[in-house]
Amino acid sequence: MDDVAIKDDARVGHGWPFQIYKTLKEFGVAQVSYVPDAGHAELIELSHGDRAIQTTVLTTEEEGVALSAGAWLGGDRAVLLMQSSGVGNCVNMFSLAASCRLPFLTLVTMRGEWAEFNPWQIPMGKATPQALEIMGVTVLRLERSEDAEEVISAAASLAFESDQQVAVLISQRMLGRKKWTETR
Amino acid sequence: MAQNFTLDRREAVKALLVDRGDLLVVTGLGSSSYDVFDAGEHPGNFYLWGAMGGAAMVGLGIALARPERPVAVITGDGEQLMGIGSLLTIAAKKPANLTIAILDNGHFGETGMQVSHSGLGARLDVIATGAGLRSVTEITDIKGITDFRRKLQRIDDGPRLARIRIATGHLERALPPRDGAFLKNRFRENLGFPVS
Repeated sequence: MDDVAIKDDARVGHGWPFQIYKTLKEFGVAQVSYVPDAGHAELIELSHGDRAIQTTVLTTEEEGVALSAGAWLGGDRAVLLMQSSGVGNCVNMFSLAASCRLPFLTLVTMRGEWAEFNPWQIPMGKATPQALEIMGVTVLRLERSEDAEEVISAAASLAFESDQQVAVLISQRMLGRKKWTETR
Repeated sequence: MAQNFTLDRREAVKALLVDRGDLLVVTGLGSSSYDVFDAGEHPGNFYLWGAMGGAAMVGLGIALARPERPVAVITGDGEQLMGIGSLLTIAAKKPANLTIAILDNGHFGETGMQVSHSGLGARLDVIATGAGLRSVTEITDIKGITDFRRKLQRIDDGPRLARIRIATGHLERALPPRDGAFLKNRFRENLGFPVS
């Protein structure tokens, strides 16, 4: 695609985050909101670098559920990026998407499920799929980086073409063990 | 905290929405939805019947999608308090076409008029300023409403917030449509999007 952001930055390559970004662009996603997560860092950077995407940093994840609803009301397709710990924050706000039959797409980087070192991440990590499913959100999983385009494309079709609420859980095994990357 | 405000909420909202032009309106759960409905049904109204704390963010999503249209969120102090962080998010994002109007009676009106944090001393105008919103207005009378009204039409100098101090007191409920899918389709159709 011609209009994808090309960043002269070693952190932004052509791996799975770029494949996700490219697929979201193909689906015409115009708004991205996020509570940051290391696993989403590259996608967040790509989004910020793209003038065709309105990128919004949130104070808490349920803001993004309401933002996505407003985006669709105004004619935009939106995606919410968060970590699994944020899913619990969203539970009541999911009723907005369900009640209005709104398309909703979120990409969730998983914690607490694979080689986790922080026990405080485990409870919400374990409950993440169920927390989504009890509110009617369809859960898809991205387990292998080479499947990124196919899974995101399927999720975007379900959301934007069939008015479904869809979460893609990006597995912690695929993301790799947490690296401490405070510096850029 | 003494609450001696006399502005009638229905009159205030009616005055705010007179000659609304292209204005798109999102309402927060509770009495604000009734006030906006009572002021005049309009396909550019989107009433929240749930999603407490989400009204301002729904407004932000619309404002970012439709920068050529003025957007107003009309909500109560209780609803905004639940989504107080969204004031920071909106201040950071700076949508020039968005207004947040908080009908502040210092109480949770829907649930038995318990005193809210605003009634207990929280200054929503100061919080908004601290969040980074540069245009913050305190309104206590109908003249304040009519002076502020023209700002609702601006799409170039927002975001702005008005804290509208309204009287407490019982009002008849005026109930807007509750079907979310209907409200969504009506709103989008009004903007020219096909209902698929």
